[in-house]
Amino acid sequence: MSWIRQKITEKGSPGRVGVVIGVPAALAVAFIAAAGWFTPDRLTPATVIRTFDSVDGPHPGFRRNHAKGVCVTGWFEGNGQASPYSRAALFSAERSPVIGRFALAGGLPYQDDAPDKVRSLALRIMPPNGGEWRMGMNDIPVFLFRNARDFNSFLIASRPEATTRKPDPARIGAFLAAHPETAHALSQIKQRSLSSGFSEDAYNSLDAFLFVNADGRTTPVRWAMEPEQPAPAQDSVKTGRDYLFDDLTATLAEHPLRWKLMIVLGQPGDPTADPTAAWPAGRTRINAGTLVLDKAESEDGGPCTGITFDPLILPEGITPSDDPIPAARSAVYARSFTARSGEMKAPSAVSLNSSPNGQ
Amino acid sequence: MSERKYFSPLARGLHWIMALMILAMLFIGVAMVASTGPAYHRLVGLHRPLGIAILALAFLRLVNRVASGAPSLPTTLPQGIRLIAGSSQVALYLLMIALPLVGWAMLSAGDYPVSITGGVTLPPILSPDPALYASLRALHTWLALGLFGVILAHITGALVHGLLLRDGVFQAMLWRRPQVRTQIE
Repeated sequence: MSWIRQKITEKGSPGRVGVVIGVPAALAVAFIAAAGWFTPDRLTPATVIRTFDSVDGPHPGFRRNHAKGVCVTGWFEGNGQASPYSRAALFSAERSPVIGRFALAGGLPYQDDAPDKVRSLALRIMPPNGGEWRMGMNDIPVFLFRNARDFNSFLIASRPEATTRKPDPARIGAFLAAHPETAHALSQIKQRSLSSGFSEDAYNSLDAFLFVNADGRTTPVRWAMEPEQPAPAQDSVKTGRDYLFDDLTATLAEHPLRWKLMIVLGQPGDPTADPTAAWPAGRTRINAGTLVLDKAESEDGGPCTGITFDPLILPEGITPSDDPIPAARSAVYARSFTARSGEMKAPSAVSLNSSPNGQ
Repeated sequence: MSERKYFSPLARGLHWIMALMILAMLFIGVAMVASTGPAYHRLVGLHRPLGIAILALAFLRLVNRVASGAPSLPTTLPQGIRLIAGSSQVALYLLMIALPLVGWAMLSAGDYPVSITGGVTLPPILSPDPALYASLRALHTWLALGLFGVILAHITGALVHGLLLRDGVFQAMLWRRPQVRTQIE
């Protein structure tokens, strides 16, 4: 290196030396800034995952949210009625294989089933010639937060206290006072009519997306999967920690379950950027096709475990809207997927070996 | 070959286009994985097609490099420096090719569709395997940080040649004539 020093003293000037050091140093600083090191307040996917781990406790190998679940498979059959609005191939009259997952919201993989807990259905629809669609839906009418930061703040406010093991009502109250949209959404969620199980439940996209048709015309949409099977007679009330899942897997062992995909067409002025706001009643709804699920499998080795239900895996003919939640879910799910895929996982709560259909 | 002072025009063109693409790619990558905002999806939408373009250009560049070679370094440079320069170029070529391939393999193992743009989806190059996905995802980050480090060293070396040593090594990648007095010394 003394050779270089000698050459530099021969030919260098302070300005030139400054450029030699300054250019790479500036690039390195810009790189670190892009990675967010100078802005610790920035909400990163890692921050959200850390929040889930701190609120629900570490559960290695499990999804950080919707942790308790079961895999299902079946197919989706389009009927062509959504094709004037979206050019996605799966809406035409053909059968696309489906991998799905029923789950309870929240990061606790061993929580007890209960009637009022939020249930979810995630789907991966795989048309034979490509144009895959993934989605995660919930059985609530609206989402609780306008953006990921509010979601993260609420999770932190709802962290159980060390002494009482329950959330501090004062902190939740303060959050709700500052976020009337969340308070309003909560009241709508509490008023929803509860179905008796996963099979008779309707699941909503909550988020808005844009359908794009063959002419390039866009339509804002939300959608719902509405059950075709009627609610069972009242006498079949089940109990047990996993009664919702046991019911579902027992039913699927007997017969397939069917849902209609109802597309809700938004009108100009309907809020697409705010998933806490319901669209006015009476919007045109299109029956786009039928989802049939005919088999349940445990998550342990099941077909839904090695995939993430990233809501931005969209076919040609569906694009994101200005709703900020899908991008946040996409980013955080990717982080959760990476984390859990590299961890040793304990057996899931819902293991079909002990359930009536004994797969 | 030893008389040539410049890289071939194709090599120079590829170098500067890819320099911009790879730097943009590294910045998009680190910004993307630290984002939960709407930018996340847009950045992912840039990251994948750009990565595949870099992979294709890197192969073209490798073929061109093997076919048309490079101007040799000045004999006045110490042996150690020449060894470092040579191995850093090997590292740059390896990483330019490995990073997009690991990205593609990682998405395949994670059972993500490798969507590039406008409905174009590449076939998977691995079967789905979550544990492998997790390892490749980590490898992708480490290789990217490694590439950024080698690029910083490369830029520093280039500037030392261009501004301090002024020995024609930096100019070999430019179109401007070098001030040739260094060759006489």
